[in-house]
Amino acid sequence: MTFLDYAPAPESTSILGLRDEYGLFIGGEWRPGGGTSFASVSPSTERQIAMFAAADEGDVDAAVAAARKAYRNVWGPMSGRDRGKYLFRIARILQERARELAVAESLDNGKPIKETRDADVPLVAQWFFHCAGWADKLDWVGLGANPQAHGVAAQIIPWNFPLLMLSWKIAPALAAGNTVVLKPAETTPLTAMLFADICQQAGLPAGVVNLITGAGETGSALVRHPDVDKVAFTGSTAVGREIAKALAGTSKKLTLELGGKGANIVFDDAPLDQAIEGIVNGIFFNQGQVCCAGSRLLVQENIHDAVMDRLKERMATLRLGDPLDKNTDVGAINSTAQLERITRLVDAGIAEGGEAWSAPCELPKEGYWFAPTVVTGVEASSTIAREEIFGPVLSVLTFRTPDEAIAKANNTPYGLSAGIWSDKGSRVLAVADKLRAGVVWTNTFNKFDPASPFGGYKESGYGREGGRQGMQAYLKGGK
Amino acid sequence: MTTPSQALAPAERAVQLLGGDLSEVALRQHLEGLPTVDAVGLEARAASFGTRSIKTTSKAAALDTVIRMIDLTTLQGSDTRGKVRSLVAKALVPDASDPSTPRPAAVCVYGDMVGNAVEALGSAWSAGKDDGINVAAVATAFPSGRASIGVKLQDTRDAVAAGADEIDMVIDRGAFLEGNYGKVFDEIVQTKDACRRDDGTYAHLKVILETGELVTYDNVRRASWLSILAGGDFIKTSTGKVQPAATLPVTALMLQVVRDWERLTGERIGVKPAGGISTSKDAIKYLVAVAETCGEAWLDPHLFRFGASSLLNDVLLQRQKLTTGRYSGPDYVTID
Amino acid sequence: MATSKTSKTATATKAAATEATTARPAGSRAAARAASARLDVPKTYKLFIGGAFPRSESGRVTEVTDARGRFVANVAKASRKDAREAVRAARKAQPGWAGATAYNRGQVLYRVAEVLEGRKAQFVDELVQTSGLTAARAAKQVEAAIDLWVWHAGWTDKIAAIGGNANAVAGPYFNISVPEPTGVVAIIAPQSEGLLGLTSVVAPALVMGNSVVVVPGSAPLSAISLAEVLATSDMPGGVVNVLTGDAAELAPWLASHADVNALDLTGAGSLDWISLEQSAADTLKRVIRPEPGIAPETPQRILALTETKTIWHTKSRL
Repeated sequence: MTFLDYAPAPESTSILGLRDEYGLFIGGEWRPGGGTSFASVSPSTERQIAMFAAADEGDVDAAVAAARKAYRNVWGPMSGRDRGKYLFRIARILQERARELAVAESLDNGKPIKETRDADVPLVAQWFFHCAGWADKLDWVGLGANPQAHGVAAQIIPWNFPLLMLSWKIAPALAAGNTVVLKPAETTPLTAMLFADICQQAGLPAGVVNLITGAGETGSALVRHPDVDKVAFTGSTAVGREIAKALAGTSKKLTLELGGKGANIVFDDAPLDQAIEGIVNGIFFNQGQVCCAGSRLLVQENIHDAVMDRLKERMATLRLGDPLDKNTDVGAINSTAQLERITRLVDAGIAEGGEAWSAPCELPKEGYWFAPTVVTGVEASSTIAREEIFGPVLSVLTFRTPDEAIAKANNTPYGLSAGIWSDKGSRVLAVADKLRAGVVWTNTFNKFDPASPFGGYKESGYGREGGRQGMQAYLKGGK
Repeated sequence: MTTPSQALAPAERAVQLLGGDLSEVALRQHLEGLPTVDAVGLEARAASFGTRSIKTTSKAAALDTVIRMIDLTTLQGSDTRGKVRSLVAKALVPDASDPSTPRPAAVCVYGDMVGNAVEALGSAWSAGKDDGINVAAVATAFPSGRASIGVKLQDTRDAVAAGADEIDMVIDRGAFLEGNYGKVFDEIVQTKDACRRDDGTYAHLKVILETGELVTYDNVRRASWLSILAGGDFIKTSTGKVQPAATLPVTALMLQVVRDWERLTGERIGVKPAGGISTSKDAIKYLVAVAETCGEAWLDPHLFRFGASSLLNDVLLQRQKLTTGRYSGPDYVTID
Repeated sequence: MATSKTSKTATATKAAATEATTARPAGSRAAARAASARLDVPKTYKLFIGGAFPRSESGRVTEVTDARGRFVANVAKASRKDAREAVRAARKAQPGWAGATAYNRGQVLYRVAEVLEGRKAQFVDELVQTSGLTAARAAKQVEAAIDLWVWHAGWTDKIAAIGGNANAVAGPYFNISVPEPTGVVAIIAPQSEGLLGLTSVVAPALVMGNSVVVVPGSAPLSAISLAEVLATSDMPGGVVNVLTGDAAELAPWLASHADVNALDLTGAGSLDWISLEQSAADTLKRVIRPEPGIAPETPQRILALTETKTIWHTKSRL
C-alpha cells in the first residue's frame, strides 16, 4: 500500500440509533401514512436503511390542518423573541448532535462524511442560529414596520443537501412566524426524521413543524392544498415550472430554487493553483450534484492546456469510495436514476465530439458511482454545455476576451451561479456586473452562508434564501 | 533602486531558462510573471490536508517517514560540544526501547559545531554518501544574514571544510523586499560556489527564505523560484528564529513551486519546513501536503525534510502507542 | 375610450358603459376648432418600437372615440409580430440602459418629467377627450403622473442601498448583495387613470435598468404621447416600447415569449390572467399579479423587478 492509499478511516455508524420504520411527523406526533411505504437505500451499498411512510392526500390535509392550528393558536400569536429562542435551542441541539447527523446524511445521501461533517451540518446549525436572531427583528427586513407571516408554508426540498435544504426552508419560515409542512426528497428522508426528534427535544410546540415523506404525488398534493399560503420549492426546473403553473391564479406566494449551468471563468492572470482547486470544488463537491455547480469551465484559450494538465493531475488525487471514510473526496451518486442521467448525457457529449477524460479511480462494485470526468472540446452548442448534468462532469469551453467569456457564460436559460478567477480586481468587478447569475464567486466557489442571499436569475427560479432577502420571502407587509 | 542593466552571475538553471544575458531586468520580469497566489484559496487547500485521517498502517508508515526526514536541530547561542554530542546520540538511537526505529536524516548545527558533530557521529556519519546521518550547518550569518558577502562566504567555506554535508543559508530578505532580486540571486550563486569541496563535489545547498519576513505568498513564490534559479538544492521556509516559522500554507505553496519546476525542467528540488512543527499530527499533515501536491516520489529525505528539535520525541511517543496499544509518556522517551 | 374595429373586448364594453353615464361635451379638439376656425392638424398615433414610431405591420388600427362616441383618432393596433419586434428592441436596449450610471438614469427619468410638464396641456386634453374627466380632474391626474416620474427619478441611485446589503459571512470573504434589473419586462398597464396608471407601472420598471414593452390600457393616446415625450427626453431607443392595441390579443404572446424576463399583469385583471401567469411559468418569468398586486409608489414595486446578485470575493492581506 502506498502512502496515498490511506488506510481505511471509516466514521462509525454506531452513533446512529435508527428505527426500522419512520412514520409521518404531524402535529407533534408520529403517525402512519396512507400511501405505500417505501425504502431508502444507501447509495454506496444499495442496502436498505429504513422504511418510510408515504403521505397521501388525507395525510397532507392533516399536516396542513395541524400547521394551520399551530399557526393560529400558538406560533402566530407568539412573540418574535420567543420564536427566536426556540430556534436558538434547535441550533444548539443541531450542534450537539452534529456527528450523528453527518453520519446519517452520508449514509442516506452517499456524499462524503467530510462534506456532511465540515459543510452541511455546520451550515445547518448556523442557518438556524442566523434566522433565530431575525425572529424579533422583522421590522428591519425591508418590508416596513410590523410585517406579517404568510401562514402555512408548504416546502419541498431535494436530495442533494437534505438537511441543509431543510434548514434553508424551515429556519426562515419559523423565524418569520409561519408554520410549515415540509416534504424531504423520496431518496433522502432520513435526516428530516431525525430533525423531528430535534424539534421534540427543543420542546417546539406541536404542529409548528410537520414532516411528511413521500414521492412526487405527495409534493403535488401539498403545493396544491388550498389552505397553504406560501410554497417554497428547491429542485428541478421542470418541477418548478409545474408548481408555478399550478399556483397561477391563486394567492399563494412562491419561491423557487431551480437548476443551473454555472460558468466558472478562468482568466489567464488567475491565481492558477487556487483556480484549479476552485474548478475541482466547483464541480466535484457533492459529486457535482449541486444546482450551483461550476459545470461549465470557461478557460481563456491561451492557458487552456496548462489548466487542463494541472486539473487532470489534481483530479487524479481525488479519492472516490465509501462516503463514511473520512478520506473520501467523491462519494456515491444518489440514485440509479441519477446515475443513468449522468451516463446518458456524457455519452451524448462524446457523441457530439467532446473528449472525455476520467480520473483513474476504481469504482466499487456495489452502489452508484461515476468517476470525476472532464469533457474537453465542448462548444456552446453542445448538449453537455446546455443541459444540467447534476453529476461529477465538467464541460470545458474556451474564450478569447472578457466579452466573449461573459457572452458564453450568459448563453443559457439558467442564471444561478458563476465563478470568476482573475487577479485583476477591476476586471473581476466589471465581469461580475455583467454576469446574469444570482451568485457570483470570485476567486472562490461553492461558498454558502446564512447571511448571504442565494438564488437565481431566469429559469433558475426566483426569490432568495439567506440574509434579509431570504427573510422577505416568508413575510408580507410594508406599505 | 537597482541598476537595471546589472548583469547577474551565470547560474546554470537561470541561463537555461532566461537565456545567456542574465540581467536584473530579465530576472524581475520572470519572477513577476509567475502565477499569483490567492491566500484564502491556498489556506483552504492547506487546511484540507489537515483533514486527512491517517490511521493504522498508514500512520505507522507515516511516523517512520517523518523520522527519516528530520533534521534534528540545535541552534542556540548556548550550544556546547556536550549539547551537540547529546543531540547526535539521540540521532543515533532515537528510541532505545525499539531498535527498529529509523534515524533522522541529519543533525543541524551552527557552523563552528560541524567538527564536533562529525566526530560524535563517527562511523554513522554519511560523509556525503547516502547511508548515514548527514551533518547540516547553518551559514551566511544565520539567522539574520546581515553581514558582508565575504563573511557569509567564509562562514560557508569553513562549515564545508569542517565536513558539513549540507549548508542551510539565509537569503538577504532586506534586499528581496527592496526589490533587489539580483543581489539575492548573486549571493545564492556565490554561496553555492562556496559549497564546492576540494574534490569538486558540492555540499547540498538549502536556501532559507525566512517566509515570516517575506510575509506575502506572492513573495514566497518569487523567492522560491529565485532560489531554485540560482542553484538551490532545497528551499527552506524559516530559520526558526522568526515567527511565524513554517506554516502548512507556506509549505504547500513551496511544494507547488518545486512541482512546477519539475514540470518545466524535469529536475526535482527539495523542500524543508523548519520551526514550529512539534507534533506528529502536524508533521503528518505535511506529508499529506507533499504526497498530494508533488506525488509520493517526494516522500523521500532527499526531497523533503523537517527542521525540528522537539518533533522527534512526539513521533516516538506516537510510535510507542502504535506498538503497545497504550499511550506513552515523556519519561519513556529520551531527551537530547 | 377605445373601441376596436375588429373585436370588442370585454374591457372596452365595460369602459363604454362607464363612459355613458359620465358623457361630456365635445372634446377639446373640436372646441379649439370652433375658437380659432383654423383647420387643425390631427396626429397619427403609431406604435413606439426601438425608438421609432412605426405603424403596425398588420396595417390595422383601432378607432378611438371621445366620450360621446365621436371619432378622435385611428390608433395603430399592434399584432403579435409587432410584439416580437418590441421585445427584440427591448432586449437590445436593455444592457445599455442598465449599464448607464444610476445618476444618468435618474436624470433621464427626471427629464421625462420635465418634458411632460411642458406638454401637460396635451395630456390633459387627451384625457378629457377620451375619458370624459373634467379638465381639473384630468390635470390633477397628469400632475400626479409627472410627480411620480420625479419620485422614481430620485430612486435610481438609492434603491441599491435599500435593496442591497453587505453580508457578514463566516469567513475571509467580501460579500455584497446588489439589486440588478430583471431584464425585459412586459407590462399590461392599468385600464384606468391614463398617464398616471401607465406611469405607475412603467417608471418603477425603468428605475434599475429594465427595458419595457407596455400594452397601455384605456389611454392609448396618452401612451403614444408619452412615447413622444420619451423619444425626446434622452431615453435610449428601445428602453420603452409601446404597443397600443388589444391587450387580450397581445398579452399571451408576451406572456409566452421566451426572451421576456418578467410579466407585470397589474392591468390584466379583466383578461384571462391566470392563463397568462401559467404561460409565463414556462420560462419561469417573474409575475406581478393584477391589482392590487404590489402597491405603486413603494420601493417594493421597484425591487419586484430586480434580481439580487450576491458577489463573493476572497479577502486576505497575504
